[in-house]
Amino acid sequence: MIDDVRALVPQVIGVLVRRGADFAMAEDAVQEALVEALRVWPVDPPREPRAWLVTVAWRRFLDATRSDVARRRREEAVAEQEPEPGPVPGTDDTLQLYALCAHPSLSPSAAVALTLRAVGGLTTRQIAAAYLVPEATMAQRISRAKRTVAGVRLDRPGDVGVVLRVLYLVFNEGYSGDVDLAAEAIRLTRQLRAAVDHPEVAGLLALMLLHHARRGARTAPDGSLMPLAQQDRSRWDRDLVTEGTGILQAALARDGLGEYQAQAAVAALHADAPTAEETDWVQVVEWYDELLRLTAGSPVVALNRAVAVGEADGPRAGLAALAAVPATVPRWTAVEAYLVEQDGDLPRATELYVQAAARAGNAAERDHLTRQAARLRAG
Amino acid sequence: MAKYLLLKHYRGAPSPVNDVSMDRWTPEEVSAHMQFMDDFATRLQADGEFVDGQALAPTGAWVRHDGEGRPPVVDGPFAETKDLIAGWMVIDVDTWERAVELAGELSAAPGAGGRPIHEWLEVRPFYGVPATITE
Repeated sequence: MIDDVRALVPQVIGVLVRRGADFAMAEDAVQEALVEALRVWPVDPPREPRAWLVTVAWRRFLDATRSDVARRRREEAVAEQEPEPGPVPGTDDTLQLYALCAHPSLSPSAAVALTLRAVGGLTTRQIAAAYLVPEATMAQRISRAKRTVAGVRLDRPGDVGVVLRVLYLVFNEGYSGDVDLAAEAIRLTRQLRAAVDHPEVAGLLALMLLHHARRGARTAPDGSLMPLAQQDRSRWDRDLVTEGTGILQAALARDGLGEYQAQAAVAALHADAPTAEETDWVQVVEWYDELLRLTAGSPVVALNRAVAVGEADGPRAGLAALAAVPATVPRWTAVEAYLVEQDGDLPRATELYVQAAARAGNAAERDHLTRQAARLRAG
Repeated sequence: MAKYLLLKHYRGAPSPVNDVSMDRWTPEEVSAHMQFMDDFATRLQADGEFVDGQALAPTGAWVRHDGEGRPPVVDGPFAETKDLIAGWMVIDVDTWERAVELAGELSAAPGAGGRPIHEWLEVRPFYGVPATITE
């Protein structure tokens, strides 16, 4: 029931907007109704959750409009319209709402916060907890974001690309605090896919599912990072792999290749290999070539490609590919250390692992790289 | 979306441009400085970029374990310590460039004569969470 209510949030915002509320006020009113629902529903579940939310949110919107003297004129225009009885019209403006929350005028952090609240139906408190900032700070970030997009019209078709980038960001943040952002990103991408027929939406969903499938195997019992090659593949979630692969294959068949499908294809090749040794690295390299083309030579892609080349054609070839990648890309030194180790120069690899640890962007990677150096030193 | 620590030092940072220690400021200059710091934090909160800010007393001690069953060794006060932290602010911003921009603004807090101190602040990235998608 509580998860269902979150899925209703974007629809209810859409209803209020169609009745004449502006987006910022509609979103506030629905958030208030949502908080009320989370309080009341566990003891007194409504028969019609969506109608309940629309009624409560609309009432909150009218209250807010009435209490706002400066907006009196607008109140007269809007409040006259009584909510229509019976079922709410089911016009699907899902994509417009997603696109508004991911609008290019928003900074990434603002777009993420607004998406999680207005589309995801999370409370400000939950979003603040997920990103480990004070609730007041997150509340300000969201209201600023709403002011930034205040002039954007909701009746234009939205740009799928910007929406997918925001969902990707949410997924990649993993989970911290009491909200599972990866699961939330998957839910929102599923919801988007149900509303929008686009191969890259499917591609991103497939990518998320294929990575989510490995979640249980990504960390050792002590919490340390487990690299792909050493993961216990029996712990990969086969249902998620099957679902992700199926979605990807259907998307690829539609001949609208994009970067998320290509990334998902790499993930699918890993998922397909019963052991790390059986990975089809030649195909992985081909997909990275494709990805380089799709991303206009993204250095991050080029770095990952160098790893794959190292596996397909040997560490020397990998190092040659790495030499063409700017050394400022995060994890560059970690890749160099790995390839140099494969090439057999253990003292140099040890040194590089130490340097890579000092440059790691998170503690789990730092610890992992420090352990690699320690392993080589121990012989 | 990354957190940075802006670190202020009592001692240990390179000398600021307006290098007059606070105990030689007028009371009004001290108040103006404190007001600037409060306003800065308030503005960061309104921007949705503020996480935390705290000031530290210059007193305290070094403490270490001294073996099972023995009380910890305490060494202090910090008379000899070259590096003494005065306080910090934690911000949550989109880019390193934004963190640097904010540190620059904070460093302009007024000091003696009401002029900016131009004090050196240490800017340090927090470790983030490992990305879910790495290949």
